[in-house]
Amino acid sequence: MLFNRRQFFKICAGGMAGTTVATLGFSPNVALAQTRQYKLLRSSETRNNCTYCSVGCGMLLYSRGDGAKNAVSSIFHVEGDPDHPVSRGSLCPKGAGVLDYIKSENRVKYPQYRAPGSDKWQSISWDEAIDRIARLMKADRDKNFIAQNEQGNTVNRWTTTGWLVTSAASNETGWLAFKVARALGMLSLETQARVCHGPSVSSLAATYGRGAMTNNWNDIKNADVIIVMGGNAAEAHPVGFKWAMEAKIHNGAELIAIDPRFQRTASVADLYVPIRSGSDITFLLGIINYLISHNDVNYDYLITHTNASLIVREDFNFDENQGLFSGYDENTRHYDTTSWYYELDEKGYALRDETLQHPRCVWNLLKKHVHRYTPEVVNNITGSSVEHFIHVCQSLASTKTNNRAATFLYALGWTQHSYGTQIIRTAAMIQLLLGNIGVMGGGINALRGHSNIQGLTDVGLLSNRLPAYLELPKDSQLTLEQYLTEKTPKPLGPSEVNFWGNYPKFFVSFMKSMYGEKATAENSWGFDWLPKWDKTYDVLQFSKMMRDGQANGFICQGFNPLAALPDKNAVREGLSKLKFLVSIDPMPTETAVFWQNHGESNDVDPSQIQTEVFRLPANCFAEENGTIVNSSRLLQWHWAAATPPAQAKYDPEIIARIFLRIKELYLEEGGPGQEPIHNLSWNYSIPNEPSAEELAKDYNGYALADLKDDNGNITVKKGQLLSGFAQLKADGTTSSGIWIFCGCWTEQGNQMARRDPTDPSGKGIHAGWAWAWPMNRRILYNRASADANGKAYDQNKLLIEWNGNQWTGNDIPDFPTTLSPDTKAGAFIMNNDGLGGLFCLNRLVDGPFPEHYEPFETPINTNPLHPKQIHSPAVRIFDEDLVRLGKAEQFPYVGTTYSITEHFHFWTQHARLNAIIQPQQFIEISENLAKQKGIKVGDTVKVSSNRGYIKAKAVVTKRLPTLTVDGKQIETIGIPIVWGFTGQTQKGFLVNGLTPHLGDANSQTPEYKTFLVNIEKVSSETSIA
Amino acid sequence: MSLQTQDIIKRSATNRLTPAPKAREFQQEVAKLIDVTTCIGCKACQVACSEWNDLRAEISDTVGVYDNPRDLAPKAWTVMRYSEVEVDGHFQWLIRKDGCMHCSDPGCLKSCPAEGAIIQYANGIVDFQSEHCIGCGYCVAGCPFNIPRISKEDNRAYKCTLCVDRIAVGQEPACVKTCPTGAIHFGTKEDMITYADERIVDLKNRGFQNAGLYNPQQVGGTHVMYVLHHANQPSLYHGLPNNPHISEIVKFWKGAWKPISAAAFVATFAGLVFHYMAVGPIEVEEDDVEREKEFEHQARKAFHAKNAKTTSTIIEENRHE
Repeated sequence: MLFNRRQFFKICAGGMAGTTVATLGFSPNVALAQTRQYKLLRSSETRNNCTYCSVGCGMLLYSRGDGAKNAVSSIFHVEGDPDHPVSRGSLCPKGAGVLDYIKSENRVKYPQYRAPGSDKWQSISWDEAIDRIARLMKADRDKNFIAQNEQGNTVNRWTTTGWLVTSAASNETGWLAFKVARALGMLSLETQARVCHGPSVSSLAATYGRGAMTNNWNDIKNADVIIVMGGNAAEAHPVGFKWAMEAKIHNGAELIAIDPRFQRTASVADLYVPIRSGSDITFLLGIINYLISHNDVNYDYLITHTNASLIVREDFNFDENQGLFSGYDENTRHYDTTSWYYELDEKGYALRDETLQHPRCVWNLLKKHVHRYTPEVVNNITGSSVEHFIHVCQSLASTKTNNRAATFLYALGWTQHSYGTQIIRTAAMIQLLLGNIGVMGGGINALRGHSNIQGLTDVGLLSNRLPAYLELPKDSQLTLEQYLTEKTPKPLGPSEVNFWGNYPKFFVSFMKSMYGEKATAENSWGFDWLPKWDKTYDVLQFSKMMRDGQANGFICQGFNPLAALPDKNAVREGLSKLKFLVSIDPMPTETAVFWQNHGESNDVDPSQIQTEVFRLPANCFAEENGTIVNSSRLLQWHWAAATPPAQAKYDPEIIARIFLRIKELYLEEGGPGQEPIHNLSWNYSIPNEPSAEELAKDYNGYALADLKDDNGNITVKKGQLLSGFAQLKADGTTSSGIWIFCGCWTEQGNQMARRDPTDPSGKGIHAGWAWAWPMNRRILYNRASADANGKAYDQNKLLIEWNGNQWTGNDIPDFPTTLSPDTKAGAFIMNNDGLGGLFCLNRLVDGPFPEHYEPFETPINTNPLHPKQIHSPAVRIFDEDLVRLGKAEQFPYVGTTYSITEHFHFWTQHARLNAIIQPQQFIEISENLAKQKGIKVGDTVKVSSNRGYIKAKAVVTKRLPTLTVDGKQIETIGIPIVWGFTGQTQKGFLVNGLTPHLGDANSQTPEYKTFLVNIEKVSSETSIA
Repeated sequence: MSLQTQDIIKRSATNRLTPAPKAREFQQEVAKLIDVTTCIGCKACQVACSEWNDLRAEISDTVGVYDNPRDLAPKAWTVMRYSEVEVDGHFQWLIRKDGCMHCSDPGCLKSCPAEGAIIQYANGIVDFQSEHCIGCGYCVAGCPFNIPRISKEDNRAYKCTLCVDRIAVGQEPACVKTCPTGAIHFGTKEDMITYADERIVDLKNRGFQNAGLYNPQQVGGTHVMYVLHHANQPSLYHGLPNNPHISEIVKFWKGAWKPISAAAFVATFAGLVFHYMAVGPIEVEEDDVEREKEFEHQARKAFHAKNAKTTSTIIEENRHE
């Protein structure tokens, strides 16, 4: 463009004048102002539930495309479901960023193969991959299948290949994996519950009868005192924590956080109490001692609903100097638990003394057991101040009245100890003393981890379990009759409900679901087809087997054992000895690339690793139909909003293809133990692709013949879906894969898909939203909210009440509806004494009462209560792991691992939005320790244990207290776990390089919360890996 | 969409004599209430904001604190600010969500020289109209809360819109909806003040005698307000201004100075007019014009010979004439 001189002047003058006019605000035109277009108009909205934690928040997935054939739908926005009773539209930073997980550029989209010794992936077709995996599995099974043990008993087990199933998978995927694994005879079948809430199941079941969160998320709003201890609810379950804040704001509740760190929960608490990691039993037994000695006990509840008045055998004893209960064998490190039982009368009923005078009634034994735990002892062992301790005692004591309730919220801070089960039990006992179980606003609320960890625990994906808390038969149980006799408890009182008395009905219905018509009375319903166990094949055991060369194959379906199991270096050594590893996952896990060199984060030589590795791309939650069970046992059906990307396939399809290919190979080539494989029920319309709907109906169960009532009238026709577990029979006329889920999909439809958010009582029950096991009861043991005569303790918090003919109220009775209180039947129907267990008999391996033991790596080198017995005496520990333990002289600081709210385990390192808000690995130390070590904020430090080390940035903070324990200054180093070396965050170290390879005495859940470390400054630079 | 020009009550660089159409001024004022006392600093609001607004800040590093991204940015419109403080001997971890306060008297709008680049709707939202932004940075200087950030990529200013696109269709902002603990509330300004009063009563009962609402009148009140445990010391909360105010220079430049400069312009223009009336137009001789035309023609030829590679470009150039 050219101007002449005159034109140029004209333009300049005009421009200047215009600009001046505009600048001075004399502009004659109006510039367009418009808000951004609302981006969701006409997009498809699909209901789903968050895939991360067990709050189970409702999500709305928005996708492009209206279903037209030519449109490929793609999710482009996710936000909370405002109707959802728990989340009410909220999502935490993980949920709010889930779009970047679903659409992560890191997703695995094609099947991949890594040849032995190779340093790279190569592509492989699905058919090739399935065929190769099936052949490897069959070869290993054929070689190592044990049809009979050394005694010549049929055991039909295969122990050399393990299978981990993700706790983020739906129930349907879990159920199919269960069927296939057990039909193949696999024993090492595990889910994340093992490394997470295993102790919750053992402790709560031992105390109350069921191993689950007693109340529910919404109910927390009814609490008057909220104790968050052994967990950090605000950090790990922010949306569930909404209801703790609701209690605080609208119910005047007091919120107390007790933790080694001043964390996010503490930031909004009324009181923060520092405590040494791993000393919780002392603190809690101290509370029991306080409550008893101050008479701050709900005596009516105590007599009616707990076993305080029952009389214990004469030969039971606890030796305070030795720190041991009666029956201990030092050589086997096992207790003989025979003496941990009641005195029985001639009918087999437990003796009781309701006056609580008998010296051996549970009450007096408990008093004696806890008298040592004075406030001063508590202070000496825990480092918590006496003042704080007394404050907590008094706050709890205020809830002994019928109109007040306290709730405990906990998570892995209690489970991940060598005595995790016993910590939880201590709190469970406190709640019994105060009458806070079975009531609104009370409970021991186990805040579970993964979105479906409750569900997959229910499905029974643990090495020695069957679905719904049935137990897999063991070596010694030679016949069905013997097994059922041993597993079916007898009632300890004349009218106890003793619900486990129905064990045979549940077991036979399960077998009918597994093997259909092939399971008959003649073949004991296929009893021989189940693998029989000689020991637990938990993941720690399997990890040792890998190291020892006793394992050849490992299927990791949505599980990242390199990061999740203790002592990462030992795990990597084990993985390197495998013949094959199969990763089925939407994301690239560290485990799948354990053979890749990632610098200091994973310093290996691929050429030295001969393991064949397959990486199969799976769908994520947003791309499937199915159910997940949240922490409060709520089965919520979710719907797919898109199809899996590229070549990714649905989990059930991958499992089905592998299994059907193996089955085919057995037909072609033969091999051992074929019967269960061929007999496994497989009534799916597309055999390669069992649908979620079919699988869900499978585990709900059907009538296999017309079911009749006592008068001979047909109640359920043959082929109809069952409407509840009361209909189950032991004669083979019903099937139900998972008996506690029976009633979730009835002839009235899919109960799990119900979405009625109303709450007529206003107490957060929401009975029409989805479906909770058992039988849609929302607060477990709710019979205990009423007194011996069936009258509600508090009319304002009415759950159920006896109206003369039946139990009625706001919740569904967790009790036989027409069983009168006159029968004196106890409220805890799963326990054969009907009572809450202050003394938990022989249900646990390490004691009927809790006792303080030190962590296996203790910073004080002694146990102030009984120096002869420092650690829990019944913990299983392998010799090679024992020598890998460190001592306080070399590693003087307490290391403790945890999650942070911005990330979900090792998943969200792949989600950009989460990588942005917490991009790099850090650890936390006190200002005191930082000063001693010359460490400044932001320095790179090295934290090491006797097993390995990590490097991370230092967060130096006032939030980490220095405590005085047994006269010694204790420093804690906080170690978040959420970084790896495959994500979009900066490369980091797997912190399980630090942790010891041992676990809880009852559940083998690893001791991640207390171990010994040292720390040194590396540099002040930014880059760490 | 349902918010349009008639909903605007203030526009940047617009004279009062030619204001924006604002007949639809009878609207509910909306507000976001951030209850710092119930905030756990989870950053869900940060993520929800970025997700809704299609923003992705860079993946940075950790400098030894929880704050990430470390500061507001053109692609990070809200960030959490963490402060470890001791008040009356009690340790507290104060966590404040930082972002645009949507002032009633917005310093950014006042200081903006680009016409219509910053507007205020009748419901109280202050919004940036980025296509009009000239990237001068005056809004940054004018903001009492140090909120707007200029993008190095496109040289324009960005900040929280209060999710005006959601509010326009009757939804709450993304951060409000997602907030797990209910620390962020949204509603009419009146309802938010009422709710804040309830919270303050509760806080006082729990021993926070100085609990109060942060709704600074120095900027005419704000449409993002805080409930603070220590309302007497806002600066405890990672430097929240105790006394926020628009810079005196901006006030002078946009206040007192503006009529003076306008008068100067009018005087100059009047001078020109009088000069024209008294002296008359400048005469140009015909020869001069012809000579200039010829010179231009030669120059044009030379230019095309040098630059034109195809006919089409010449045609293009000619078309420009």
